[in-house]
Amino acid sequence: MSVSSLDAEALYGELLAGVRRLLPPGGVLVGVWSGGAWLAERLHADLGLPGACGVISSSLHRDDYGRRGLAAGKAATRLPFAVDGARIVLVDDVLHTGRTIRAVINELYDFGRPASVALAVLVDRGGRELPIEAACAAARIELPPQQALALARDAAGRLSLAVEPRP
Amino acid sequence: MLSRRNPQLNAHGELIHLLSVEGLPRAVVEHILDTAATFLSVNEREVKKLPLLRGKSVFNLFFENSTRTRTTFEIAANRLGADVINLDIARSSTAKGESLLDTVANLSAMHADLFVVRHADSGAPYLIAQHCAPQVHVVNAGDGRHAHPTQGLLDAYTIRHYKGDFTRLRVAIVGDILHSRVARSDIHALTTLGVPEIRAVGPKTLVPADLAAMGVRVCHDLAAGLRDADVVIMLRLQNERMGGALLPSAGEFYKHWGLTEARLALAAPDCIVMHPGPINRGVEIDSAVADGARSVILPQVGFGIAVRMAVMSIIAGNEA
Repeated sequence: MSVSSLDAEALYGELLAGVRRLLPPGGVLVGVWSGGAWLAERLHADLGLPGACGVISSSLHRDDYGRRGLAAGKAATRLPFAVDGARIVLVDDVLHTGRTIRAVINELYDFGRPASVALAVLVDRGGRELPIEAACAAARIELPPQQALALARDAAGRLSLAVEPRP
Repeated sequence: MLSRRNPQLNAHGELIHLLSVEGLPRAVVEHILDTAATFLSVNEREVKKLPLLRGKSVFNLFFENSTRTRTTFEIAANRLGADVINLDIARSSTAKGESLLDTVANLSAMHADLFVVRHADSGAPYLIAQHCAPQVHVVNAGDGRHAHPTQGLLDAYTIRHYKGDFTRLRVAIVGDILHSRVARSDIHALTTLGVPEIRAVGPKTLVPADLAAMGVRVCHDLAAGLRDADVVIMLRLQNERMGGALLPSAGEFYKHWGLTEARLALAAPDCIVMHPGPINRGVEIDSAVADGARSVILPQVGFGIAVRMAVMSIIAGNEA
């Protein structure tokens, strides 16, 4: 699949089907701030899940904090359920090096010990630097390391993907 | 040179030292308050420790004693995973005649990453920030009469917590403003955040007239200063900083300037009462007020830890 053919709305349909299969009974969705949180909110509604989904931020556990500074503030973690014993599906927009997911799992453990954690992403773009894989990816592509894939959401809630130079 | 770069900010406008609230862009101040809010919620977690300063050494350099402020910085650094070294500097190197910069050079050789400095001389933290290695960060924990920026920021955080919006508030700062670095930092923080009316309230000997130049309304009448105030910040009578006889006695001060329930009745019904501590009951504030429903003096302490965590984690993450 080429980058130009990435239709975020079509991929969302794939992701919804994948998460429906992946989510265990009583399981909860946790979206990685910010793109993953948009997806988790929408999945939560489309799957008719009770309560509210969780939002998780990687900022307090990032390993590039010493180079990029602290981005905390707006990106606060909100987990409206007990993490202890929860069966969690993490949702993110793009899986790349795996470092964000590593940080997010550390953040999750600051709140308790989940029974299980699975990962669902819209796009797996390759380039992993840690042993982390998604159980469900709506698309798998190879992108050069100097490029980043960014999810955007317009005022009407429509999702789109764009390639940008990596910061 | 007409304008020199603010020594607290790097070329990208990011905070690398916290020396004074004066001159900080509003966005930087708001980022600190937003970050502090995140850290406050960490208290609700099972694990209350974060790894942001893991492997970093924070040196508390208190050339002037302050158990309370030093302890809150220590707790904040510990929560961020730092190693904290407390130096009883007032009684060691300085007493042996070592200069400030020699002391700092020695401590830098011990691989300090962050200095928290309190000094009786205004400007001492600036001097250290100018001479330390580029990867070392400095936080001013109070210098002379000049500034106490983390107190100014935690006061702003407290006000935002209880009042939400800064742009309609009347804030009265009452008491010994002449000797108060807290008052100066409060005024800079609240002006930056858009508070339209700040009153400096106290006797002529303790409220300098030049405060008006900071955009503050100087008020030598307590009743007028308190009337309809949304926030009342009481200051401690700083006996240790008073060289001459500026006041007849502490009892006399209380009689004219102490905050009692009767006087507080002049303020807005939902006003909050703040105090940087330590409080002198029966000198600047009555016990009934300090322990009363409108007092937020103890919550301020908790906010102070979160604000200090925010400041340390933000500056340590930015490069010079």
